[in-house]
Amino acid sequence: MPLTVRGVRIDDTFAEAFGMRATAVIITADTAQWARQAALSMTGFATSVIGCGCEAGIDRELTGKQTPDGRPGIRVLLFAVSTGELQKQLQTRAAQCLLTSPGSACYAGIDGEETLRLGNALRYFGDGWQISKRFGSKHFWRIPVMDGEFVCEATTGLTKKAVGGGNLLILGRSVQATRAAAEAAVAAIRKVPDVVAPFPGGVVRSGSKVGSKYKGVPASTNDAYCPTLRGAVKTALDPDTKSVLEIVVDGLTSDAVASAMRAGIAAIVKLGPRRGATRISAGNYGGKLGPHHYHLRELLP
Amino acid sequence: MKPLTLTLRERPDQRLDLSPLVPHGLAGKTAREIEQIELQTTRHRIKVGDVFRLHAGDVEQIRIQNACDRLDYVGQEMKNGELVVDGDLGIQAGRLMAGGRLTVLGNAGPWAASGMKAGVLEIRGAAGDRLGGALAGEVAGMRGGIIIVRGSVGERAGDRMRRGTIIIEGKAGPYAGSRMIAGTVIVRDAAGPLAGFLLKRGTIVLGDNRSVLSPTFIDCGEHELVAMRWLAAMIEPYSKGAAVLLRRPFVRFAGDMAVLGKGEILVGNRN
Repeated sequence: MPLTVRGVRIDDTFAEAFGMRATAVIITADTAQWARQAALSMTGFATSVIGCGCEAGIDRELTGKQTPDGRPGIRVLLFAVSTGELQKQLQTRAAQCLLTSPGSACYAGIDGEETLRLGNALRYFGDGWQISKRFGSKHFWRIPVMDGEFVCEATTGLTKKAVGGGNLLILGRSVQATRAAAEAAVAAIRKVPDVVAPFPGGVVRSGSKVGSKYKGVPASTNDAYCPTLRGAVKTALDPDTKSVLEIVVDGLTSDAVASAMRAGIAAIVKLGPRRGATRISAGNYGGKLGPHHYHLRELLP
Repeated sequence: MKPLTLTLRERPDQRLDLSPLVPHGLAGKTAREIEQIELQTTRHRIKVGDVFRLHAGDVEQIRIQNACDRLDYVGQEMKNGELVVDGDLGIQAGRLMAGGRLTVLGNAGPWAASGMKAGVLEIRGAAGDRLGGALAGEVAGMRGGIIIVRGSVGERAGDRMRRGTIIIEGKAGPYAGSRMIAGTVIVRDAAGPLAGFLLKRGTIVLGDNRSVLSPTFIDCGEHELVAMRWLAAMIEPYSKGAAVLLRRPFVRFAGDMAVLGKGEILVGNRN
């Protein structure tokens, strides 16, 4: 039985999510703007593990009081399907996007049961002029670069408790209203700690189904949710649905993903069906593929 | 639980080896057994009970009261717990320390924290020569941990140091950080001549720009270093003054070019 909260219908279904490996780094720079720039570069082209190797995004901004070197910073989260792939993505992204960004420094953003190489992998760029510094259990590298030094912690933590693929499907009567609902949900999700919404602006419009009519294509458009195919396929849409957007959430813990979905639903409901979405659903594969199930009825505001 | 307290009755006739009086060494011992521990460094036997008044208590927190500069090797190879010394100490206080916290309220003699591996040594007064240094024949001195000296130190502080942090809030004698392999030495006040003599790697921070350096250190210009801001946050709980110094700009001198030359002396201004 679908539920209705403040005029927004919420399907009695669940989002199905998967266990992932995740890490976090704190990026600082002389100004908040440049810290953000480095973080945006590092988390660019990181929407889906299928094509990008990892999913990444900005968790939150940090003030000088919250960062190791007293400068403004950003905490970035990276998610991948294996420790090896996560290490590879972290290393190449840190090397190409953080090392290169003016005034940047990079520190561990998570204490994990295991560690990933950060400065330990980048230090060779110093060509023998790199300097190791230790204090207590902390270890970092100073790599001379053209604007001074790139300071980078030797390792960062790895968590195996991360969850990827928490999601909300937002259905609306117009493209504009659906987009407004998605924007409101993403804004609410951004305030939840330890989660990222890795797609552009947190939103994905090309939801996929498993399989395709073409050989060798593992996923294809989710035709049941395409409004232009409503009459041609077995649709999941209402007669008045004009647009569907999805928000995918990755979190360091299952609780964080649930909190993010709860915040997203609350924001959509608050906006209401006239200005926003008429219906909220979620994507799953029948519950057999992913170990984490988030039932929408348990996440109502 | 109250700390175990040892009060020196009078200045002993000979130098005493106090290395057995560390928390892990006294664990499980009764007050009677502790009083039987021998401390002599000559043929004349002296037990703990002969020279100290003992108040039984928690061996994890030992107090040595009324200490004097004839007490050597205090806190040697200490692994855990806390040891507080009210008074001065002789040679090699905290030698090969591997953990815990040793606090000396008075002055410490030469080779304090020699070969230290981990833990915290705080000396409220002054320290003698070769603080954290290597003994003759040893290839490395201090290799971890943190030393804070509120007063001044003698010659060759951090000699052959390999890792760890030394903070000197007062002045340092000649050759501070000599032959350092790596690590960090911070001198808030003036250092004597030739700081960083034969420095291979590591960082020496000087808070007074009047220190005379060897000509084998090369001026690399004035810089504000992010790494020092990070270090400032790390050492702030131990020394606020040193943290203030580290957040200021430094003139970086690379050296010692007479040897490997991968080290640096950062000359700042504490005022």
